[in-house]
Amino acid sequence: MREVAVIGVGQTEVGEHWGVSLRHLALEAVQAAMADAGVVRADALYVGNMLSGELEGQEHLGALVADFAGLRGVEAFKIEAACGSGAAAVRMGYVAVAGGLADLVIVVGVEKMTDTLGPDTTAALAMAADADYEAAHGASFVTLNALVMRRYMHQYGYGHQDFAPFAVNAHQNALANPYAMFRFPVSSEKFRRARMISDPINLLDSSPICDGAAAVVLAPLGETRHQSMATVGIAASAVGTDTLAVHDRNDPLVLAGAELSSQRAYNAAGVRPADIDLFELHDAFTIMAALSLEAAGFADRGRGLALAADGEIGIEGRIPVTTMGGLKARGHPVGATGVYQIVEVVQQLRGLAGENQVPNARVGMAQNIGGSGATVITHILERI
Amino acid sequence: MNSVPRNWRLRQQRYRLVGEICESCGVRIFPPRDVCPECETMEQKEVAFSGRGEVYSYSTVYHPPRGFEEFAPYTVALVRLEEGPLVTAQLTDLDSEQVKIGMSVEMVTRRMQSGGEEGPIVYGYKFRPAIQPAAA
Repeated sequence: MREVAVIGVGQTEVGEHWGVSLRHLALEAVQAAMADAGVVRADALYVGNMLSGELEGQEHLGALVADFAGLRGVEAFKIEAACGSGAAAVRMGYVAVAGGLADLVIVVGVEKMTDTLGPDTTAALAMAADADYEAAHGASFVTLNALVMRRYMHQYGYGHQDFAPFAVNAHQNALANPYAMFRFPVSSEKFRRARMISDPINLLDSSPICDGAAAVVLAPLGETRHQSMATVGIAASAVGTDTLAVHDRNDPLVLAGAELSSQRAYNAAGVRPADIDLFELHDAFTIMAALSLEAAGFADRGRGLALAADGEIGIEGRIPVTTMGGLKARGHPVGATGVYQIVEVVQQLRGLAGENQVPNARVGMAQNIGGSGATVITHILERI
Repeated sequence: MNSVPRNWRLRQQRYRLVGEICESCGVRIFPPRDVCPECETMEQKEVAFSGRGEVYSYSTVYHPPRGFEEFAPYTVALVRLEEGPLVTAQLTDLDSEQVKIGMSVEMVTRRMQSGGEEGPIVYGYKFRPAIQPAAA
């Protein structure tokens, strides 16, 4: 296997882009990443996306985006793993380059979620769950997370307000990220008073419905160097899976797929949680942030919230998370999110994260979760 | 997606809560899944569950997905069946009763979706507060 580097990154601002189509969002991110890498061609293009068929009536994104990005003729596919589609596409790009089947791969994650009405988007997102035994009973994706959150609060004795630090931290970090959707602070008090969506999950526990695209260019490490930036290598790319349905898990409060994925990534990279300088975790809901910290080994079971309460998740903390705003405040265009996370880790490792720069960041981890924990893709990146 | 054959295939589960017992390791399985999640054999026998259980967790839905607007707000629960498995279902017949984790519930058959002007009306299991047997 060859070692793989991320030689270029690009992203669009996350938001409600009513004036921009899915293909143009993808194009903007691809062009930015290619310009950053200084390349004008590629061997393959992988597109991470979850909902284009359901919300845009458009599948077959591989060839579509390749054509509109000026790459007509290259190998191209769409890769889908619900909200984990973006990192799944990065994973396939990694596999192609590491295996020697391609020397230059572009991965773009893109999602367009604001063309449809709320109930339709909500129903589409529920496709990440078990259609026959969860969604058929009226459980939205928010509801499934709410079921886990209420049980977590019951079992470990937490109140809703204990989850506030995740939202407060994410919004604080989004302030200085020009690509973030919500560049305003959120207070603990505002968190308490937010509108209920599916109790106990309220609006500020939740990541927003939005549009966006992010892209990376992958190449063999050492063969292609960025002109001016520090080189960032992929030290590990790992996947773990679990049951699609929450009710099928031995313990619904444990992200077993995330435990597997994290452990495989640590083993591949030869690092431990203590070696990770920043963690872009999958805070689709505050409860997922807590469970992710536990599954990745940063906190014992039931203690993920305590880590946040102690201020350890801030830029200067022991394990900074969602350093550019996370899913909560940068935004969660579902199939693009996993690629945004990689782009942000690269920004940090290059030392170009501006006001949000984690001091001396050398090793960063990104973890993208499909569904309520069924597909978990972990990447560990390292400044060479 | 809300097609007749799709719902018809699930009739044993929707109306009678038919799951499986693994004859190899004894685990009770719902929803049925053919390959045992514990011992990975395929020696399951169909069995109808009692429909009794208790609330493991619950959430009230204020922003329903398309197709469930008529029921909102409604409460979805994870119910721990007395045979062991968890099941996702709506709670019903709650009146003013407050839902609590641990409360006893029992399965009833209710309308799950109306299907609009042309679609099928879907029936299936929901759970209501257990009706205590009268003292002898």
